[in-house]
Amino acid sequence: MASLLQPPHPKERRIIFGNISKPGYAPDIETYLAHGGYESLKKAITMKPGEIIDMVKAANLRGRGGAGFPAGAKWSFIKYDDGKDHYIVVNADESEPGTFKDRYILHEDPHQLIEGLAIAAFATNVHLSYIYIRCEFPKAAKIVWNAIKEAHAKGFLGKNILGSGFDLDIYVHQGAGAYICGEETSLLESLEGKRPYPRIKPPYFPAVLGLYMKPTIVNNVETICHVKHILAMGPEEYAKMGTPGDGGTRTMCVSGDVVRPGFYELPCGAVTLGELINDICGGLKPGRTLKAVIPGGSSAKVLRAGEVFKLKVKGPDGQMIDKDTPLLDLTMDASTLQAAGTMVGSGGVMIMDDTRDMVWALNNLNQFYAHESCGQCTPCREGSLWMSKVTTRIIDEGARPDDAKNLKNIADNIAGRTICAFGEACAWPTQSFLAKFPDEFEKRVV
Amino acid sequence: MTDTTTSQADAITPEFATEAKELISHYPVSKRSASLPLLHLWQNHFGFIDDTGIEWIATQLDLTPVNILELVTFYPWFRREQAGKTVIRVCRTLACALAGSYEVKDKFCQAVGLDPHEEHHGFGCAPPTSADGKFSVEFVECLASCGSAPVALINDDLVENISPTGVSAIVEKYK
Repeated sequence: MASLLQPPHPKERRIIFGNISKPGYAPDIETYLAHGGYESLKKAITMKPGEIIDMVKAANLRGRGGAGFPAGAKWSFIKYDDGKDHYIVVNADESEPGTFKDRYILHEDPHQLIEGLAIAAFATNVHLSYIYIRCEFPKAAKIVWNAIKEAHAKGFLGKNILGSGFDLDIYVHQGAGAYICGEETSLLESLEGKRPYPRIKPPYFPAVLGLYMKPTIVNNVETICHVKHILAMGPEEYAKMGTPGDGGTRTMCVSGDVVRPGFYELPCGAVTLGELINDICGGLKPGRTLKAVIPGGSSAKVLRAGEVFKLKVKGPDGQMIDKDTPLLDLTMDASTLQAAGTMVGSGGVMIMDDTRDMVWALNNLNQFYAHESCGQCTPCREGSLWMSKVTTRIIDEGARPDDAKNLKNIADNIAGRTICAFGEACAWPTQSFLAKFPDEFEKRVV
Repeated sequence: MTDTTTSQADAITPEFATEAKELISHYPVSKRSASLPLLHLWQNHFGFIDDTGIEWIATQLDLTPVNILELVTFYPWFRREQAGKTVIRVCRTLACALAGSYEVKDKFCQAVGLDPHEEHHGFGCAPPTSADGKFSVEFVECLASCGSAPVALINDDLVENISPTGVSAIVEKYK
């Protein structure tokens, strides 16, 4: 794989990507041990499981897969001594368009994931765990499986880990090309060998009725990797890197029309969108200007260049006041992007310049969602296909006067009416492209 | 759609059966979980999955064949026909499309002698395949390498930053 890691920008803080793409760094266990590997696991097994969960909570670690749920809270849903089997499943099905960070962790630093997973399993009384890797990463599956065997041989996995009396087995499970399996309950159905239709919540919250109907944690690769660093540096240090409620670093994957696309590990909230694009990614290509930004994976609502957002900030007398915030001044953290009507999601930032056609871009995404809808819920199965057909027809034949209205109507009738969040994921691009770029649809009316 | 002249299950070797058993042992709670691993094993070994494959896998896992067939028809990765020896999967989704993946895919088709407009029917059909059986070319959705777009997965290799002019040299390597 091409190294996308640029020399570190002064604002970067490489924790997860500390060793990735470094010359001489290999994915084998000897290299990992030479770089201080498995020290956090050695520390963890001397602690009480509850202490580890408290540390993850105090670190304000949010899930890095897209939904951004606090990881410590997720773990504490599992009752350590309830007499049931528990499981942790790592979501390595990275398939949200715009996101490509887990690919590098799996290929280049797999032991970081295994160490984090062993700590998480120790904290939540888990003895069997699966890493669900999309099959389009065939080499990663081999590398991770080999790393698991190495860890077994050194006593970091298997029976009586490092003499602690704690047992853990981890297996790799490969997907088969379906985006829906990134949805956690779909992933569990897939892992159970069934058609991966997402489960309805309630009652099937994974923490209650997860894998094999037992309490289960599903965490993203990057989220699990952060755990060993929280133990190593202490939760206060770790949390301090981010913003209140969004601790640590977040890997931003930048793609599209910038000079230096790539991944950048930044303390949560350390940069604005403008700094990310212009300073870190070298700006737009020569002679181009910014048109649109999708800030958190393809499902995140699109933002338009020149937009100004009214965000709540603390005024001089402590009162919350509205402050006009231009697009490029938005801080890249979970709460700011949420306040701007979109999300930080999985950290996939896609940049489009003034040469891009927004109807064409939306059609590309609509075709993606039409292809990937699992077909379980009618509004999504039919609606995603309709939206794709309408935008394709607009491109091929021009728009009808009521196309924009119809598209909005279809999208509005998907969001909130489906079993899983795919409904929102496929409706948001259409809703936001229509809202932000109505002119591009109007000018196509024939 | 399946080639019925030979049965894949008749060609199972003892090594294959041992490997299948090993995969099943990864799922101590429920054998059914081994469905995808066995389908992958089968397709990697035989190139596609025929009726006897579906029946054999179902038997190993104490399932009925439809439990396996419904997976083959759901997941885009599995097919019920032989594809080319080399399968070229070009990423179609936004970041790659912005970087020219549509042109790149057309160039791949031309380089292996396929009509770029030939449709891929999905649902277990093989992707368009060259007459000599050497290459299949298809669009797939996001391969999670948006920073080095456009990309393609060629067999197990990720090929990145593909330029339309570089396509024929890439194809040469797999001939």
